[in-house]
Amino acid sequence: MSYHFNGADIASDEEGYLTDLSLWNPELALLIAKDEKIEMSDEHWEVVNFLREYYDEYQIAPAIRVLTKALKKKLGEEKSSNKYLYELFPYGPAKQACKIAGLPKPTGCV
Amino acid sequence: MSDTKRFLYVNRKAPHGTVYALESLEVVLIGAAFEQDVSLAFLDDGVFQLVKKQVTTGIGVKNFAPTYRALGDYDVKKLYVERESLAERGLTEDDLMEVTHENDDEEDVSSIEIVDRARMAQIMAAQDVVLSF
Amino acid sequence: MSTLHTVNKSPYERGSLDSCLAHALPGDAVLLIEDAVVGARAGSTRVAEALKAAMPGCTIHVLGPDLAARGIPADAVVEGVSVVDYGGFVDLAATHDKSQAWL
Repeated sequence: MSYHFNGADIASDEEGYLTDLSLWNPELALLIAKDEKIEMSDEHWEVVNFLREYYDEYQIAPAIRVLTKALKKKLGEEKSSNKYLYELFPYGPAKQACKIAGLPKPTGCV
Repeated sequence: MSDTKRFLYVNRKAPHGTVYALESLEVVLIGAAFEQDVSLAFLDDGVFQLVKKQVTTGIGVKNFAPTYRALGDYDVKKLYVERESLAERGLTEDDLMEVTHENDDEEDVSSIEIVDRARMAQIMAAQDVVLSF
Repeated sequence: MSTLHTVNKSPYERGSLDSCLAHALPGDAVLLIEDAVVGARAGSTRVAEALKAAMPGCTIHVLGPDLAARGIPADAVVEGVSVVDYGGFVDLAATHDKSQAWL
């Protein structure tokens, strides 16, 4: 699979996760989000950017419970509840947000 | 929880030359979802897995060393490192990276405990399940 | 007839380096790569002593990118051991008659 972006094919795995995360950029994120039927708002970006920072530091896409815990610390209770995150990313916050962030599928999802 | 078991992951291989270290780390992260009593042991060449400032760009493999620092987020808080194994390899505690977790008072405290060989043997003996890498 | 010996297993885990050093002849070169580079770290270790003892006869080398991957600074290797890059690896292979791997 791949995303057609700026006249090029950006490769992804069969679930739509980028195979080379260095090819990610914010415009490509919008395209992936569109495929996921998500219109990116500031709140969406907050989560996506957080995931990218987490990956940058730990070289890992966090599992959902790790994501909520870490978000709570950074953004507070309101913006880290499961309800809030599922409203932003209905098909699973960790999975969808990671895909849009250009990261691999989260480690520790069972 | 009465059905909680004590799990020990035993790491005895240097990183990067074989896949054992990465495999172990991935199993630990996935296994963390099951909320068991998890500890990690680093002995023999396994102590090299926690050495700081690993740079893998020159050998073309992903550097998973920073991921050890995420273990605290996954509620894995006990990393035992064998003192004799460090010394035999010319290493000291200062050569190891910092791995921390948040305690009940929300303070970051070290997850790494240096233990001697006799104590490591006791730790191993006290487990319900030992997984070797 | 000189030989480049390569060792890729940790000397703390296997006897490959010991066996290599026991068989290497004067004029040979020994190159530590992959997990074997952990043996090149300076210190009062059994392996450091073995490398020093071998050095009047053989030259000992260690591959820099593998050292870096294991967090060992180039200036922390046993005295007399030279750190080489991939080009240096090729040079060693080219300047010896054959190479022999100790797996």
